[in-house]
Amino acid sequence: MTIQKSTTLKGLLTAVMMLSFTYVWAQPTTYAGPQSVLIKNGLVKTITQGDLPNTDVYIVNGIIQGIGQELSAPANIPVIDATGKVVMPGIIDAHSHLNTVSTNEATSPVTAEITIKESIDPNDVAMYQALAGGVTTINLMHGSANVIGARNATLKLRYGADQFGLQFQEAPQTIKFALGENPTRVHGQGTGVQPRTRMGVERVIRDIFDDAIEYDRQRQAYLDQKEAHERRPNRVAPPVPVAKNLRLEVISDILKGNILVHCHSYRADEIVMLVNVFKDYGVENYTFQHANEAFKVAPELAEAGANASVFSDWWAYKFEVYYSTAYNAAILHENGVNTSINSDSNELIRHLNHEAAKVVRYGGISANDALAMITINPAKQLGIDDMVGSLEVGKHGDISIWSADPLSIYAVNEMTLVDGQVLFNREADFADARLDRAISYDQSFEDLQSEVSEAVRGRQDDACMEDAFILFESGLQTEQTHNH
Amino acid sequence: MTMNQKNYTFFSRSGWVVVMSLFLGFATVEAQITEKPQYGTFIIENVDIYPVTSDVIQGGVVVVKDGLIEYVGSNVKPDLTGDIIRIDGSGHRLYPGFIDSETQLGLNEIGAVTVTVDAAEVGSVNPEMIAQTAVNPGSVSIPVTRVDGVTNVVAAPVSGLVSGTGSLIDLYGYTPEAMSIDQRAGIYINWPSSGKRGWWDSRSEKEIAKEYNEAIDQINELFDDARAYHTMWQAIETDELDAQPDVNAKMEAMRYLFTQEARLVVRVNREKDILAALEWATQQDDLSFVFSGVSEGWRVADKLAEADIPVIATALVTPSRSSDHYARPYQNAGLMANAGVHVSLSTFNTENVRNLPFHAGYAATYGMGVEEALKAVTINPAELWGVDDKLGSIDIGKHANLILVDGDPFETTSTIKDVFIRGYRIPMVSRHTQLNQEFLDRDATN
Repeated sequence: MTIQKSTTLKGLLTAVMMLSFTYVWAQPTTYAGPQSVLIKNGLVKTITQGDLPNTDVYIVNGIIQGIGQELSAPANIPVIDATGKVVMPGIIDAHSHLNTVSTNEATSPVTAEITIKESIDPNDVAMYQALAGGVTTINLMHGSANVIGARNATLKLRYGADQFGLQFQEAPQTIKFALGENPTRVHGQGTGVQPRTRMGVERVIRDIFDDAIEYDRQRQAYLDQKEAHERRPNRVAPPVPVAKNLRLEVISDILKGNILVHCHSYRADEIVMLVNVFKDYGVENYTFQHANEAFKVAPELAEAGANASVFSDWWAYKFEVYYSTAYNAAILHENGVNTSINSDSNELIRHLNHEAAKVVRYGGISANDALAMITINPAKQLGIDDMVGSLEVGKHGDISIWSADPLSIYAVNEMTLVDGQVLFNREADFADARLDRAISYDQSFEDLQSEVSEAVRGRQDDACMEDAFILFESGLQTEQTHNH
Repeated sequence: MTMNQKNYTFFSRSGWVVVMSLFLGFATVEAQITEKPQYGTFIIENVDIYPVTSDVIQGGVVVVKDGLIEYVGSNVKPDLTGDIIRIDGSGHRLYPGFIDSETQLGLNEIGAVTVTVDAAEVGSVNPEMIAQTAVNPGSVSIPVTRVDGVTNVVAAPVSGLVSGTGSLIDLYGYTPEAMSIDQRAGIYINWPSSGKRGWWDSRSEKEIAKEYNEAIDQINELFDDARAYHTMWQAIETDELDAQPDVNAKMEAMRYLFTQEARLVVRVNREKDILAALEWATQQDDLSFVFSGVSEGWRVADKLAEADIPVIATALVTPSRSSDHYARPYQNAGLMANAGVHVSLSTFNTENVRNLPFHAGYAATYGMGVEEALKAVTINPAELWGVDDKLGSIDIGKHANLILVDGDPFETTSTIKDVFIRGYRIPMVSRHTQLNQEFLDRDATN
């Protein structure tokens, strides 16, 4: 597909400069801030308001200003001819470790004080590969080594922006929780620190919640008395200081509903456990991640208003996913649970449209409901559904344009736009899309990018366990696999 | 199942259970499946036949008898007598079952639970370890795989330098022997890598080169020994030599390579390593080679074609180098096929071998084309393993390993309606369908 550049002199100059830039450096297009663009005459899949044939989408300064037929724009606005193409919202992945520098701070069962925002690699070419698959927003998550891990970072794949520019600033804060085998293996079995069992996991959560409530009370009392003392130093005694505790402040924010919980989980019993804990503490609007056995407790999840973000078909790589079914997403959906399909993988993230199509095969849900599982449903789980996840006026111009029905295996993503800017264009694609290729890697370093070794050996862990066992495993030889 | 359904109305619910129990025993204790397959003479009518080796027959007829394909033709009813099970294939397509040439299916039940993994024996040279003996016919992954259209796989050991002997099996049978097509399909070796093993690999360039050269020396020594052993025993067997040397199990297993009964499957991925393996292979003109993995095969496709070495490749992996084009893994198989390489596709997986048709779909979309991709999961692997007289196409006399699909089998949204393996009509039941059945409407009491 070609973009017709504006016909003004300035536009021509820009086009020429872009062209020469392309030939001289062959650098991929990098993010330049919100743009305006008119996408003409595509089959527009709004997700929330049906499919609109022969329809235009007009984006002004990164925001969708019009969806309709025969829309016009000023001459200086670039036009994309989408005739015969399918225009859909950019794909949203509610579970990714795409470009983390490190993934697990596996040193304590609770590490709420840290944030994955300090672990973003803005140069990772994996972002471009995800863009090529139509993905525009990801939930960049901490790993699953800890019961309460770090706060996550909702990112827009503004390829070329720095680690601050990548962040979806308007998105609410989310945090990673993890139940089951991973935290019990890392802490209880690994270092002898509770939890070693699912009993211990529940206590870790309840105890830190209680600590946070008590901390809040003491800290507030201290602040109140401090204020009163400062106002009337002679009448009010000076307070005994209560130090600020970031870990407990974050936990307190969870209890106040300011931070959304995304909880790594597999078994039905542990899922119900957390539902009960959250009921006791009044925590709402949370999402179970992976949740391979969520289908067993779908009615309970629906009643609690909990969300589920699941694999399309991964199972059997560890015991807690042995009793799985690829019908999980469809069962949850039929029971009224808001469900998304995620990748947790730098491979799957490149074809989430195909992963969504599997829910049609395994459960026969409608095409639109399947696409909702990679667009508006994950947007709801990340608290950004008022901005992205569907094509509606007022929402962000995050769009992918496909050669055919995106649920078809023969469909190819032709273009991906973030904030109205084309950041992937198959026709003007770059053989080498790295941003930092000036850094010369030696051949031996290049070699280790291969993941075929993992495919050959099969999976033993979720990607969320990356880095969790560095202390134990670094230097291990032939059978070691860098879980991604 | 069709027959059972017909009988169903004659019995009350409890009566049915009693009758079923009498005939089948307690079906629920069966590990592999909970329903028995149907066996007999089948006639599949009004079906679009995709034989792979010849043109599509619209609205044709296939007859399955005694486990084999007895008839393939246009919609003229063949003369059949006796009990015949008729299957209406209207609006459906019939394909040969898909074949995955490198999996750990049956050897690996739960990846992280090591006591359930029988794919990696101790030691680095294990040609005498035969996968078939450890294939668990009751593996939960087997029904999950076959109801999605994959009827045959090679189960292959993974570890060491010489991992062991991979076995080609049907995904139906109550014993490994019953499942067996060729227990000595190939001996799988892991070609030594000349690169670092990961970011944590702290070896110096010099150490890496030293270890690599030692591994190559080990391979050369092993094959020199095996060749000498084989030559010696050939001489003894033809009475040219009168001796009674000790029998060596490892060397005995290697002999199948020199008799061309087993192929030597070299797992190799990186360009540099593929070239090294190619050079080594040209010095071994008494072996039948297959290269597996070949993630950078597209870089040396002409050389692979020139050497006439068939490959096993996959599609759904990330690019092997960060500088690679994003679509290179999708394109790899097609680039090799277009250069004239004989390509078979694989998932290189265990529990999700069912995704093989999707690997083919991606390869098809990104340059291989549907026709060639179809061959890469049917007749090509059959040829690769020397069983194209039994598998890989819908031709009279071949095994009735067939799949009936409601559309394009590479399309994710298509559904596999029926699967035949050795003429058994397989129940379309797996753990995944059973859990769906139980939990979709969990609290319904009827």
